[in-house]
Amino acid sequence: MDALEIARWQFGITTVYHFMMVPLTIGLGLVVAVIQTAWYRTGKPEYLRMTKFWGKLFLINFIMGVATGIVQEFQFGMAWSEYSRFVGDVFGAPLALEALLAFFVESTFLGLWIFGWKQLKPAIHLACLWVAVIGSALSAYFIIVANSWMQHPVGVEMVNGRPVMTDAWAVFTNNTALVAVPHTLFGALAVAGGFLLGIAWYHLWRRRHDGVDTVGADGRAIPGEDARIPGRDRADYSVWIRSLRIGAVVAMISFAGTAVTGDLQGKLMFQQQPMKMAAAEAACHDGTGFSVLSVGNVGSKNCDDVVAVIEVPGILSFLAKGDFTTEVKGVNSLLPEYKEKYGTNLPDNPIYGDRAGQEIQYVPVMEVTYWGFRMMIGFGGLAALAALVALWITRKGTVPESRWLMRLAVFGILAPFGANAAGWIFTEMGRQPFVVAPNPDPSGIDQVFMFTAAAVSPGVSAGELIASLVALTAVYAVLLVVEVKLLVKYIRGGVVSAMPELAHAPADENEDRTPGDDGTGEARAADDVLAFAY
Amino acid sequence: MELLPTIWFIAIAVLWTGYLFLEGFDLGVGMLMKIFARNDTERRVLLNTVGPVWDGNEVWLLTAGGATFAAFPLWYASLFSALYLPLLVVLLALIFRAVAFEYRGKVDTDSWRSRWDWAIALGSFFAAFGVGAALALTTTGLPLNANGDREGGPMAWFSGYALLGGAAVVGFSLLHALAFLALKTDGDVRHRARRWFVRLLPVLLLPIAAWALAIQFMDGKPWTWAAVVLAVGAAATAWLLARKGSEGRAFLALGAFLVLGTTAIFGAVFPVVLPSTLDSAFDLTISNASSSDYTLGLMSIVAAVGLPLVIAYQAWTYWVFRRRVSAAHIPEAHSFLPAVAAKAFTIKG
Repeated sequence: MDALEIARWQFGITTVYHFMMVPLTIGLGLVVAVIQTAWYRTGKPEYLRMTKFWGKLFLINFIMGVATGIVQEFQFGMAWSEYSRFVGDVFGAPLALEALLAFFVESTFLGLWIFGWKQLKPAIHLACLWVAVIGSALSAYFIIVANSWMQHPVGVEMVNGRPVMTDAWAVFTNNTALVAVPHTLFGALAVAGGFLLGIAWYHLWRRRHDGVDTVGADGRAIPGEDARIPGRDRADYSVWIRSLRIGAVVAMISFAGTAVTGDLQGKLMFQQQPMKMAAAEAACHDGTGFSVLSVGNVGSKNCDDVVAVIEVPGILSFLAKGDFTTEVKGVNSLLPEYKEKYGTNLPDNPIYGDRAGQEIQYVPVMEVTYWGFRMMIGFGGLAALAALVALWITRKGTVPESRWLMRLAVFGILAPFGANAAGWIFTEMGRQPFVVAPNPDPSGIDQVFMFTAAAVSPGVSAGELIASLVALTAVYAVLLVVEVKLLVKYIRGGVVSAMPELAHAPADENEDRTPGDDGTGEARAADDVLAFAY
Repeated sequence: MELLPTIWFIAIAVLWTGYLFLEGFDLGVGMLMKIFARNDTERRVLLNTVGPVWDGNEVWLLTAGGATFAAFPLWYASLFSALYLPLLVVLLALIFRAVAFEYRGKVDTDSWRSRWDWAIALGSFFAAFGVGAALALTTTGLPLNANGDREGGPMAWFSGYALLGGAAVVGFSLLHALAFLALKTDGDVRHRARRWFVRLLPVLLLPIAAWALAIQFMDGKPWTWAAVVLAVGAAATAWLLARKGSEGRAFLALGAFLVLGTTAIFGAVFPVVLPSTLDSAFDLTISNASSSDYTLGLMSIVAAVGLPLVIAYQAWTYWVFRRRVSAAHIPEAHSFLPAVAAKAFTIKG
């Protein structure tokens, strides 16, 4: 493998990994903020418990997103210096603004939220969480503006062989970004929805299994208490049934959201990167049919071996254009167009190193685009369907005793993660061989593009890249195990693991302190230097 | 001299200074976990002085990196790719350190805590050392060719200046952390930190002073020499104030030392942002490495609004958590009480 391949693997691995943590941070952050708001407004103890429990899991995950995020910003310069030089004038700005306007807000206000339970008045404490949540959504916006410019460059002109920003408004309102941002945010919420649903299901199951909750003759749940275990009272039952329902509703809404925004995105992508969409379909010939199953050597570059086994006529046209009859161009008719516009071989330029003169492969790896596209939709749809079924099953207030159903709900947590990863792998791999895809709009900047083959750092050796690939992958693997183990530990522990005061004090002492009783904020701060301590 | 690139050179110097000022003490506190704290309670006192703020401090690094990318893409590309391995070490160090802060108290066993304490201490050390080496090398130069790429293999960046810069930031961070602990804690930790500060100041500031002087001898201008003299004065003031027991003022005086020191260093190298040791024709300067005026203008407007805002709300955070932490405030590590048995996932049950 040469440096380029290693650098691509590294970027792929570190980014997919980072984006395991990020959607949970964005989605769960919003859910916790809504729940804490409910507590602030109603003072109900179950909302405080939910805030503390889900907030604890949120923080265990949040830190991993922070830690792996720094790698993302550094590796553009480290491994992709030619890319950084080429795009810096336009691509650097959203990254800098992300740090300045989003990361600062997120980190600072989350620190206030974690440690400020007693130093801050309840309203301000709650506001800090909201500000942090808005910060994380803003960071998603900025990074997607940057990514969308790679998918669809706008707002620039070429000066001395490099794109130079001439229209910031166009860059920051790139239509690619405007549909990708809500798509990504809904995708993040879907992750949070599945997370709540699976974990709440487990706890309801556990309560039934241990005989705490029972079911009456009419099938309705009868919540009970287990005095031997702290925190397993009736409020605990409310925590889980509410969490389950919130999770299921969030999962369904967010799937609907990803479907609508995904459809808009697909229609744009058929114009902006027709080859990506043809490859998503393994559509070799022009046509209208959506492939449900294609077999054969879909990785083949000449398309000859691909056979569509099941095809639904008209659907592809609907995805691309909104009607059922327009012919959508397949790989075989797009290929000559790309070759004519962007050349058949990599130019003889030192920027390409040994790769200069190689034939350009305009068709992305079709196994990846075809299955990535289907896994994204499949996992997402499955999770939403499961959420609907879960709401039906639990309509009488609890879950069945079936251990297998509980396991299904718990492992179902992974489905939205899979959908997110598959979507990103599809869109990034589908953009190849370009790192900056040409913009085919008749806007006069279709010469702004860059082949991935030109983007890697010329001065960095394959050995250095292998060292970092191995080191980062190994560290990430270890930390994933640690994170999951901690999450499992705190999940199994239930609310009391995030609220030890439930075990130490009479259950009500802490919860009686309603969120509205301000005016004592100062006095309280004097007693509690550390409301929370590491 | 171009106005906007100059403004952004200053902005980036400000961001690095902000980073060293803020994360300086939390990196130092991290290192002191293993060499200063005597028992677990003291370690937790140390940890909780920076608990609410360290993550916000670290964003200064991300912003410095992002702003360099946006304002001087060629500087960013050359520096980061040339320093591939040392920056990899910085990244790994920062990853372990961040995770350790959050996870250390999440399992109540000595071996768990001890492992994460090492992650905090070593992570802080290598992050400080690596950032220092990178900053020193961007002032003293790297073997860059005409395209701005490193010649001479993975270790070609290595020089005495890398070690000097690393030692400079490690030393400063340790001292800054001692000043911070004297200001932010109470009881034995506070007094010991002040004693250590007074005793160690000359040693810990030696490498950063050597770096600043080396730069002056290479590229110094009269006004940057003056800044060096003032910096020495600030350090002496910090020492006297600490000896007198004025912890807050000593901390500020040390901050003034940092600002004057970075001013002297960045001021001396200006307008070169990254010299080439192969040929000065390949030097990256504020003119040939910068983004267009349009981009810099846009960023200037955003930064003029955003940066004061950041400083304001971060200052507020320090105000909210202004009270001194002492051993008496540290709650007991609560043993974990699982509400349910851990058997749900075994096959029979």
